[in-house]
Amino acid sequence: MITEKSRLKSLGNQLFFTGPTIIFFAIAVLIPFAYGLYLTLTDMTSPVNPIKFSGFGNYKTAFTDTAFWESMWLTVEFVIATVIIINILGFILAFLVTSGVKMQNFFRTALFTPNLIGGLILGYIWQFIFVQTLPSIGDKLGIEWLRLGWLGDEHLAFWAIVIVTIWQSAGYMMIIFVAGLVNVPKDVMEAATIDGANAWQRLRNVILPLMVPSFVVTVFLTLKNAFMVYDVNYSLTAGGPYGSTTMVSMHVVQKAFTENIYGVGQAEAIVLFIIVAVVTGLQVYFSKRMEVAA
Amino acid sequence: MEARKRAASVLTYILLVVSFAVFVFPFFLMVVNSFKNNGEILESPFSLPTSLNFGHFAEVVDKMNFFVSFRNTVVITFLSVLFIGILAAMTAYYMVRRPTKFNNGLFALMVASMIIPFQSIMIPLIYIYGAKLHWIDAAPIPLLIILYIGFGSALSIFMYHGFVKSIPYELEEASLLDGCTRAQTFFKIVLPMLAPTSVTIAILNVLWIWNDYLLPSLVLTKDQDFTMPIKMKVFNGTYMNNWELLIPALLLTILPILVAYLFGQRYIIRGVSQGAIK
Repeated sequence: MITEKSRLKSLGNQLFFTGPTIIFFAIAVLIPFAYGLYLTLTDMTSPVNPIKFSGFGNYKTAFTDTAFWESMWLTVEFVIATVIIINILGFILAFLVTSGVKMQNFFRTALFTPNLIGGLILGYIWQFIFVQTLPSIGDKLGIEWLRLGWLGDEHLAFWAIVIVTIWQSAGYMMIIFVAGLVNVPKDVMEAATIDGANAWQRLRNVILPLMVPSFVVTVFLTLKNAFMVYDVNYSLTAGGPYGSTTMVSMHVVQKAFTENIYGVGQAEAIVLFIIVAVVTGLQVYFSKRMEVAA
Repeated sequence: MEARKRAASVLTYILLVVSFAVFVFPFFLMVVNSFKNNGEILESPFSLPTSLNFGHFAEVVDKMNFFVSFRNTVVITFLSVLFIGILAAMTAYYMVRRPTKFNNGLFALMVASMIIPFQSIMIPLIYIYGAKLHWIDAAPIPLLIILYIGFGSALSIFMYHGFVKSIPYELEEASLLDGCTRAQTFFKIVLPMLAPTSVTIAILNVLWIWNDYLLPSLVLTKDQDFTMPIKMKVFNGTYMNNWELLIPALLLTILPILVAYLFGQRYIIRGVSQGAIK
């Protein structure tokens, strides 16, 4: 461990090694976060108006803002749908690409590709599919649900965002599961086989319990990403039709930067932060308790 | 047993090929339609192009001012990732080697900050650096890089922290006895040993910063500063549903990172899986 001879030298090293990071971290995260808490207690409407202290009024407004809670519920539905499907699909894909068939590395590489590209661009690519390609297939084959413009329908538009999100994230979670699967000890698997466990029993009683650490990571990531979804939402539907796909992140952006109600928007953003913190905290706490040693 | 094994591997293959088709299909559509004009795209989105017409690409490069936004994205990503890497390694190293109350507290604070959604800091961020201090008008790109360093440092420090702990201290003691300063020891002995972790951290940060949309869309307001995602958004707004221009534009926007993936796929995949384990 480091023990410096003089106090001055030790202070110098402290500043040299940690100083720049502290400054950048403060500029980007600490100061805006603290200032944001203060802003929720003011009646700020737009950046040019002077600020007056207004107590907890913004939180009261946030709690009675039905559009905010509608967007929050929609986000919760989105979280449930995407977290479950992405994790199941990611796990199945990981299982397939570690089963030992030829070209499995090629498939790994290909299935990861959507993660290289940002959500905004992916949204535009899929817009082409939902607006032009699927209706054209539906027309030719006479399939009614494909002929509908998905993005113009209030329910289908939500599922369009779910589909694109799954398509984007499943490959990433697959890679994390692959790392977990190759770490399942071979001798434990062999012992289970010799003891007469069939493939399903091996999966349920050996592989899945040993994969809990991977699931802690993937569920955490998918939860966090889904609560904060913005890019795909913006580029695919922009919250439409008629505001039916406005998720909470988009609602906050609109509140602050379009409607110019900064104080309320910021209070709603803090409510979002508390919900994300509580949900991910509980998730990590409970799933950590499920971990077993090999 | 043999027959069952074979059946299982055939089934695995079928499932893999189907998922492959689903995952690659959108990219396939982009490529085949980028050579067609609007009439052909609407008529038959699946058919192969009748001729290799690069005209739309040239038009898009010109109309999008493609190389300017490409250069901006490269500069912003490169500088942010470089500084995150060096500064996070320095900080993590010092936190491990000198676990004072202050350093441990700072580490805990940074780890805790990782669950703050960007949405709950963006409004004050724009207010402080836009309306109050006018940094957004004065120097948007340097500000953006500073913000990326600030946002990126927590996760990177967390990952370096785990790795530095596994490096034996004896190596550094030897170099200190030889008369190196603490900083020299770090740059000559420790930083090179951190190289594998640095690659992982750089990959994760490149994927994030290169593709980021929300933060740059709030900070960058002038056309000459736009990154590729922002430029694509503006282009999409201008040429709504004009697919003969939008598709080549989308393809051009994703091309650089796809080419990079073609060459570095092994490292990228490994980087992502190591990033998750840490």
